[in-house]
Amino acid sequence: MEHTNWNGFKAGKWQNEINVRDFIQTNYAEYTGDESFLEGATERTNALMAKVQELFAQERKNGGVLDIDTETVSSLTSYAPGYIDKDNELIFGMQTDSPLKRGVNPFGGIRMARQACAAYGYRLSDKVEDEFKFRTTHNDGVFRVYTEEMRKARKCHVITGLPDAYGRGRIIGDYRRVALYGVDRLIKQKQADKAKLGEADFTVESARQSEELFQQITFLGYLKEMAAMYGFDISEPAKNAKEAIQWTYFAYLGAIKEQNGAAMSLGRVSSFFDIYIERDIKNGTLDEKGAQELMDDFVIKLRIARHLRTPEYNELFGGDPMWITEAVGGMGNDGRTLVTKSSFRMLNTLYTLGSSPEPNLTVLWSTRLPEGFKRFCAKVSADTDSIQYENDDIMRPHHGDDYAIACCVSAMEIGKQMQFFGARCNLAKLLLIALNGGFDTTSGIHIGPQMPVMEGETLDYDAVKERFDIYVEWLSKLYVNTMNLIHYMHDKYAYEKTQMALHDTDVKRLMAFGVAGFSVVADSLSAFKFAKVQPIKDEMGYIVEFKTEGDFPKYGNDDDRVDLIARDVAHQVITELRKTPAYRNAEHTLSVLTITSNVMYGKNTGATPDGRKSGAPFAPGANPMHNREENGALASLNSVAKICYEDCRDGISNTFSITPDALGKTEDERTSNLVSILDGYFAKKAHHININVLNRETLIKAYENPEEYPNLTIRVSGYAVNFNKLSREQQREVISRTFHQSV
Amino acid sequence: MTGRVHSIQSLGTVDGPGVRFVVFFQGCNLRCKCCHNPDTWDMAGGKEYTADEIVQKAVRFKEYFGREGGITLSGGEPLLQPEFAKEIFEKCRENGINTCLDTSGNVLNQKVKDLLEVTDRVLLDYKYTDDASYRENAGCGIDTVNAFLKYLQEKSIPVTLRQVIIPAVNDGEENVKRLKEVIKSHSCIDKTELLPFRKICAVKYESMGIPFPFGEMDVPSDALMDSLNALLKE
Repeated sequence: MEHTNWNGFKAGKWQNEINVRDFIQTNYAEYTGDESFLEGATERTNALMAKVQELFAQERKNGGVLDIDTETVSSLTSYAPGYIDKDNELIFGMQTDSPLKRGVNPFGGIRMARQACAAYGYRLSDKVEDEFKFRTTHNDGVFRVYTEEMRKARKCHVITGLPDAYGRGRIIGDYRRVALYGVDRLIKQKQADKAKLGEADFTVESARQSEELFQQITFLGYLKEMAAMYGFDISEPAKNAKEAIQWTYFAYLGAIKEQNGAAMSLGRVSSFFDIYIERDIKNGTLDEKGAQELMDDFVIKLRIARHLRTPEYNELFGGDPMWITEAVGGMGNDGRTLVTKSSFRMLNTLYTLGSSPEPNLTVLWSTRLPEGFKRFCAKVSADTDSIQYENDDIMRPHHGDDYAIACCVSAMEIGKQMQFFGARCNLAKLLLIALNGGFDTTSGIHIGPQMPVMEGETLDYDAVKERFDIYVEWLSKLYVNTMNLIHYMHDKYAYEKTQMALHDTDVKRLMAFGVAGFSVVADSLSAFKFAKVQPIKDEMGYIVEFKTEGDFPKYGNDDDRVDLIARDVAHQVITELRKTPAYRNAEHTLSVLTITSNVMYGKNTGATPDGRKSGAPFAPGANPMHNREENGALASLNSVAKICYEDCRDGISNTFSITPDALGKTEDERTSNLVSILDGYFAKKAHHININVLNRETLIKAYENPEEYPNLTIRVSGYAVNFNKLSREQQREVISRTFHQSV
Repeated sequence: MTGRVHSIQSLGTVDGPGVRFVVFFQGCNLRCKCCHNPDTWDMAGGKEYTADEIVQKAVRFKEYFGREGGITLSGGEPLLQPEFAKEIFEKCRENGINTCLDTSGNVLNQKVKDLLEVTDRVLLDYKYTDDASYRENAGCGIDTVNAFLKYLQEKSIPVTLRQVIIPAVNDGEENVKRLKEVIKSHSCIDKTELLPFRKICAVKYESMGIPFPFGEMDVPSDALMDSLNALLKE
């Protein structure tokens, strides 16, 4: 097939089938130089960004939400077009009819929408309430079927954050398809897939898929309507860079109008755009300034994306995140790097527009990345604290070279794999429940296998481990079944029509489980093994505290005695989870990632044998516990690197904060050293790292005088946040975390 | 063989080129008034390690060293345990790890010379440029240090010359000029670092219950450091 809008592109398989990867591989130009070609922001960009900054300030002043449209149910065509400054924008489209105004999306659950409005002083309109009176939401469906045990597990917080009242997210539509093929071609493909399904005998599975295809086709139609409202016809392929960015953005915009998923990530668009940008530059219709300006305008649009959330949600996922994760860099299967000039242009937005948590810029690091790009990344990290890094060399073998990251650390092949998101279970609490024979002392709930409280003056490691294993087995089964039910209902009542229309019809599904309290459990088991742990019981006979005597190795010091305990716990959990089949033949995956929920999980967990006090925060993700490190930063990285990616295919999150002085004396040294650290860490087969280069004093000042630091961005577990948008408790926890300082 | 070690820092970026695994030796024969590691003085303190244990640890960080990094032995004074240091360096070299010695250079005997045979770079803490200041503030003379430097020159071992700048002690232009003479006459010195005196170590003195001799001194301003560095470069 040919199309005039494809003139100048090299022919390939991509013309005859939906295959964006093939288009990229056939047409992109790798870039191995440095950042010297980059241009700064234009006057237009600065003026537009100034308007956006004013809106951000207003939003902060209004308590975090600028405005809510309580009358309209969010969907692709339900709002009139919105603009920041119509005459000066280059890329168009807004979630509602006005910037930062939030829409309501009750498909996940009407109660959540109602509470979210109320939390900011609004009232969900009678109109919306009426519309949903006779409609089953995802939340309704789930609670119709939840068992008593599932409810108890939620209530006592041993499993928390389940997507049973909001959109599950963690699905990345291949938004690039709209730009490369135009919507009409995509509809045609889906119609053909649907017709093919009808040729065989219908089963429950194929009937469901056929209805889903119907919905996908319908929403592709809505996507065209939505674009038409802004004056664009996206039925045909994009013909230049501006259109490619605009078409892609419309596709993403359609998705976030339709859904309010927890993390709705962007994918991997920079090097795709680069092909169009380089074609325009070659044609003489675009220059470097213009290219950066397009990238800047696109990123401005991403920075103003918002979902309406409840305060309880913010307690789990602090900082009002969207997780518009954009994967940058990486290597191709053929050994060429996927770094292009537009990889630089994307990172450059942190200078042209200032540092920012969104989009969640994620560098796919390979030790083979070009030196110029490595150094630029390190420099941007040190300057802005806005980048995270993930190991391309360990993900590529599983996901090929056209995968992206959903949320923080979840890899999936774009348009070919999707995920059923499953929050996380609290392993530290599970250990305490196990010791108490199926009783949770914090909530007073009996749950799990009922057996006697563990006896003895001191608790023996082998006995504890044997007991823990019983409860891991029990919880894993419950966890998988709970997820199966949630995702059945989500597919039934809140199916992602736009996003799934931008996937292959035969999609591979992953079901992502998670653990919290990882380092607490590792250190606690180490205490049982190497020190004397004496349980202290309350008057009811339940263990509520521990007296731990003697030293024991602590995770984070590159000490195999405890690090291998940690590694084995991850292996044990995924092995148990795999024993219960997952919905729609999904593949089980596991993450060690907490977002900011480590604070809330800790709050709901009693004292632990590692010396952590009742209610004290956990370390985030796979981080070692604060202030337990004795051998410095690299030893801590080595400990985390021992957790196997094969066991934790949904990611292993580590947040690393270092003072500038500890990284080197000059900017040049700091850049080189950060590159060495990243190369070393990833050569050790570690999966993920957030880098913050800043002083603890800066955070303390921002805590005390927030108005002086309106844009202070820091990386927390798997994403970046504006420090001011965290709760006071979350801020204190971030400040207390280990900062690696020079000695 | 075994030696006494105060502590280990897996990420060192200020003690030698690149990312370095730094081993702080226990024990020092000087009592510098500006010392920021008084807890390393006592020869009997610290923890005993075998050279193999240290090397096995260092090897675990090899991936981070890049082209420039490696191991640095600091202290305390590593020259007081030269055989221990030598065994560590020999074995590091066998493992392809660059070796760097951070020292005051006030010991020069055959064992130290043997150690220097397996040393890739010396960070020489050239504390003062005159004998009187050395005797007054460090408790040793300058002669051994100069002899040590001369030996490094003979052996062509690359040297990073370092000096801590303390206001009212060695912050004058004369000092920098003398330093430049030293640099000029030793081609082995390929880098010089003036380090600002800092007092964050005051808490260590406090917890040890001993006075910090320079505890009342001022720390140099950024402007002073800039002007001295400019003078050095002239």
